[in-house]
Amino acid sequence: MIHHIDLPLTREKAKTLTAGDTVYFSGVLYTARDAAHKRLMELLDAGKPLPFPIENSVVYYVGPTPASPGQVIGSAGPTTSYRMDAYTPRLLGLGLRGMIGKGKRSAEVVEAMKQAGAVYFGAIGGAGALLADCIKAAEVIAFDDLESEAIRRLQVEEFPVTVVIDSAGNNLYLSGREAYLHALQQHTKH
Amino acid sequence: MMMRLVDADTITAAVKRLCIEANCNLPNDVRGCIRLFRKQERWPAARDVLDKIITNFEIAGARHVPICQDTGVACVFLEIGMDAHIEGDINAAVNEGVRQGYREGYLRKSVVRDPLNRINTGDNTPAMLYIDFVRGDRITVTVAPKGFGSENMSRIKMLRPSDGVDGVIDFVVSVVEAAGPNPCPPIVVGVGLGGTFDKAALLSKKALLRPLGDHHQQEYYANLESTLLEKINALGIGPQGFGGAVTALQVAIETMPTHIAGLPCAVNINCHVTRHVSEVL
Repeated sequence: MIHHIDLPLTREKAKTLTAGDTVYFSGVLYTARDAAHKRLMELLDAGKPLPFPIENSVVYYVGPTPASPGQVIGSAGPTTSYRMDAYTPRLLGLGLRGMIGKGKRSAEVVEAMKQAGAVYFGAIGGAGALLADCIKAAEVIAFDDLESEAIRRLQVEEFPVTVVIDSAGNNLYLSGREAYLHALQQHTKH
Repeated sequence: MMMRLVDADTITAAVKRLCIEANCNLPNDVRGCIRLFRKQERWPAARDVLDKIITNFEIAGARHVPICQDTGVACVFLEIGMDAHIEGDINAAVNEGVRQGYREGYLRKSVVRDPLNRINTGDNTPAMLYIDFVRGDRITVTVAPKGFGSENMSRIKMLRPSDGVDGVIDFVVSVVEAAGPNPCPPIVVGVGLGGTFDKAALLSKKALLRPLGDHHQQEYYANLESTLLEKINALGIGPQGFGGAVTALQVAIETMPTHIAGLPCAVNINCHVTRHVSEVL
């Protein structure tokens, strides 16, 4: 199924998404990867506010290349998500509704997603030039000393992602591979 | 004996050029291989992903922008002819080339000074530099930016001689299966067999430099490469891990002599953005 969704992502909208669906996001995404996540945890530990509204937000795990003159942003594809697993359940507990990355998540993250009604999306890894075209504005809003790893507010239009793990815990990495192998087996039989 | 003198600045200029070129222009062998697998792919989700991967490298090449935001750590291989003499500091010359290339090419600076106290060096130095001495008076410079999504999925195992070829097959396939969607499949798999712990790892990295479509010179290992590729693609992980026929584009094996007690086996994984470009000076 194909969805066109205006961000932020409410619990109701998130619930309509199923593993394997294609989603085109428009609106605001926030970027954060390894070092930024560590800083977010430090802010929470110190009882300080986070630099963006977490409730119903979608975080994009990306560290873009520097924008060249005339560019909004450089190449901006997803990084591997499991490195954020240690931090993710805490953010989900605060209302984070979605993450965009690539690759597997831990059982703890999936459990926290189910409780939070959150969704994990995959963007195409290694397609940084293509994905940058859907980013219409980019602004560093926190941790600018981290350069590529700083938190950015991205204005996106029709940003393409695939639902990898839905809010019920269904996982495309398992079902997609299984369906392919099953189809192959049927094909070989006939 | 006449030595050919080469100014270190020439090395710097070459490294700079190659850093930018490698990151923006996917080599033709990799492009051709991805297109070939796209033609053969029957699974709809996989075809869709491969189409986007192809569009992406075409956009990057046409606009001269990085193919992937992970412009990697700069792996630099120098093959220095023994009749050539470099005037100046080779290490400094290579790092200056990386510094200039990553700055002027608007490439991402992805290197931290210290593995635990993680402060970015700000210029993507130092390069991971390997120097080999060869016959002649030429210098071959190869730059292979290496992304870490795939590097993190690489593994090494000190197999026993009794594990033999079956042990190698089991280990290589298990590493790819465990990696699943993480290293951005379709991947290229470099396998280093033999040597010592460190040499096996280096062989596996050098295997990734081999043009796609080329096989090991020995028929035995060329056949083993084909067997491994077949077994890996039978896993059904597919492009991006969404299922499909192509999980790996190529398996390349490099070997060297080893100890009577050992069978080191290193598996270095590269993503579909397998970048390597060389220049002879």
